[in-house]
Amino acid sequence: MKKLFTGNEAAARGAWEAGVKFAAAYPGTPSTEILENLALYKEVQTEWAPNEKVAVESVAGASIAGVRSLACMKHVGLNVAADPMFTFAYLGVNAGSVILTADEPGMFSSQNEQDNRHYARAAKLPMFEPSDSQETKDMMVAAFDLSEKYDVPVLFRMTTRVDHSKSIVTCEARKNIQDKPYKKDIPKYCPMPAFTGKMQEKLYQNLEKTKDFSNHCKWNYIEDNHKSLGVIASGVAFRYAKEVFGDNASYLKVGFSHPLPMDLIKEFSQKVDTIYVLEENDPIMETEIRASGIACVGKDKFPQRGELLPERIRMAAFGKSKETIKPNLETIVGRPPALCAGCPHRGFFYELSKLKDTMIFSDIGCYTLGALAPYNATDACICMGASISGGHGVAQAFKIKHEKKHVVSVIGDSTFFHSGITSLLDATYNKSSYLTVILDNRITGMTGHQQNPGSGYDLKGNKAPISDIEQICRAINVKNIRTVNPNHLDEMKDALEWGIHCQGPSVIITRWPCALKRLSSEDKEEFPDVFTQKYHVETEKCVGCKKCIDTGCPALEFSRVQDGKMNIIDSCVGCGVCSQVCPVNAIVKG
Amino acid sequence: METKNILLVGVGGQGTITAAKLLTCGLMASGYDVKMSEIHGMSQRGGSVSSQVRYGSNVQSPVIEAGTADIIVAFEKMEAMRYINYLKQDGKVIVNDKEIWPMPVIIGKEKYHPDIIGELKKLADVTVMNASKLAVDLGNEKVTNVILLGAIIKAMGLDHIDWDKIIQDNVKEKFVKLNQIAIRKGMDLIQP
Repeated sequence: MKKLFTGNEAAARGAWEAGVKFAAAYPGTPSTEILENLALYKEVQTEWAPNEKVAVESVAGASIAGVRSLACMKHVGLNVAADPMFTFAYLGVNAGSVILTADEPGMFSSQNEQDNRHYARAAKLPMFEPSDSQETKDMMVAAFDLSEKYDVPVLFRMTTRVDHSKSIVTCEARKNIQDKPYKKDIPKYCPMPAFTGKMQEKLYQNLEKTKDFSNHCKWNYIEDNHKSLGVIASGVAFRYAKEVFGDNASYLKVGFSHPLPMDLIKEFSQKVDTIYVLEENDPIMETEIRASGIACVGKDKFPQRGELLPERIRMAAFGKSKETIKPNLETIVGRPPALCAGCPHRGFFYELSKLKDTMIFSDIGCYTLGALAPYNATDACICMGASISGGHGVAQAFKIKHEKKHVVSVIGDSTFFHSGITSLLDATYNKSSYLTVILDNRITGMTGHQQNPGSGYDLKGNKAPISDIEQICRAINVKNIRTVNPNHLDEMKDALEWGIHCQGPSVIITRWPCALKRLSSEDKEEFPDVFTQKYHVETEKCVGCKKCIDTGCPALEFSRVQDGKMNIIDSCVGCGVCSQVCPVNAIVKG
Repeated sequence: METKNILLVGVGGQGTITAAKLLTCGLMASGYDVKMSEIHGMSQRGGSVSSQVRYGSNVQSPVIEAGTADIIVAFEKMEAMRYINYLKQDGKVIVNDKEIWPMPVIIGKEKYHPDIIGELKKLADVTVMNASKLAVDLGNEKVTNVILLGAIIKAMGLDHIDWDKIIQDNVKEKFVKLNQIAIRKGMDLIQP
């Protein structure tokens, strides 16, 4: 059966065909849809984990207990999960286990660009790198077999273009994989000094054995064409290279990329005059190839940062790209992403941005957009959970410097569960005094509405216990807590004034659902009047002061319908924030 | 056959992805090799979005190289200009005469150019249609994307594919009829 699959759908299909029975992930672009698709197969226990470290640990546990298991994450998620991964490598597996990392060359939806192929080298793990959906599915099956054969978890590197591009896949049946019996084995599973030496020895030996696999597996192969140019390429860069050089080059396609197929590379180097190494981001293959004494052209000619798109390869190789039509740049205005109409973060940022002498430490989510106009609120942002611990550091430094500034940390509900709780524990334990605002929009918004420990449902849509954010805060010694409706600006403003002047750490929880959320029955009960009536502008009253525009709502327009007047377009969902800002009460319901 | 390139551009929420999905289903059903690429994530939130569809006998890259698109279909007119460098020299542009203001225009920092279509016509072979209005006339603005899909199909000579069936197989039952009418409407907008 042939299907048109994204790489993510193919990864899910491959895991299912490989007989996976347990999978865990934390959502993150571009990896999110893998678990969402795997959840559609009833044979697999699929779970959103609170964070990636937890996901890898639970997957390691499932492997030890004897079922095939998969963990998925975006590239920065592997930083969070690096700790268990490095030692899971020492333990090895019982049933096969794969850790999938979705890297983002080009940083479309990420805070950095990092090449997670380095992790395979650092942790001594084998790695697959598919270039399209069919390979993704087939390699996933192969990765599980390899994991069991060499007693090691396997890394699987995808990139945004492979995750989110579609191509044709031939589907097969699910393999009948027997569960492995669990047997207590202290020297295998307990990495303490008495055993780690042997564990390390086994890991190195097994990695050595996979070199042979690398040289002979079907994922690494030579395509003989012209001998003047030979291209060694991995991932989607191989597809781009074929597009640019066609039959005018020979190819060594690298699909199993750690350890590299060095014998095959030597053989290839004797066949061709010049070698180009095409790999997205860092010169990893290139460095190893050069170190083995083989001359090649790599990052000295081809770009390292961003995607290695066909036009960039062509430009680097031939000094010119295809002829293009030049746009009239004066007609183009950028489209920076904006908080949606009705976004519950809007009322919060509108009031937050008015606070004077305040340092704002934000976090990873839609609310990162609070750094942009018209709010320009955020001062800094690093990674998941850093708002609260970063804010703690800022508050301590201001205290040391006797600087009178307020500190506000801003974090979403899912990010709080991910790694904000330990940060808040840091603040209470070390007697910090600053405000944390937890934006609880009842869902994981940015990645496309995944359930989380606070939302009341699990990945499969079954009811789950709700972890109450307020109770968590109380349990870790936050004494000053308020829960507010962020669409009520007076209430929001009062709470912020209160929060920044509290003694000791304070927490405000803003509780209102994401404007795009499909509301649960509990939501409908809790927020009965949510998004029921749009607003409109009474044109005769509007004085054109544009104060409402300071709320940054994309449903507002100025002078579009009538000169000097505001109007509200159809995307309005009726949060009412703009109407509270209007000095002449020109914005009304209905 | 040589690989053909179709670029669909617009603003997040306009249905470019759905249109591209139907297109790829039709192409696959009629035996082409197909690849498609799109970017999700933060760019969705009112941002500029693109779906790239490539088909032929053996497609390698999922992305269209700048200067090689056979056709660009812009669901919003400024987006046609933003992506015009992807068009090949003798490529075609289909523009939906729809204006969606970006945030810098909404907050009054920048102006939306009054004659983008005139500027586009100086650069390429441009067909303008008001698919959004036609969709409203059909009773649902959401089928704007399928009207534009109809235009793509006709312009690329893909009308031999059984699109009624593709819609039937891929669209919710209660919307099948409307989408079938919309796709035909779009095809009729392109002169042979």
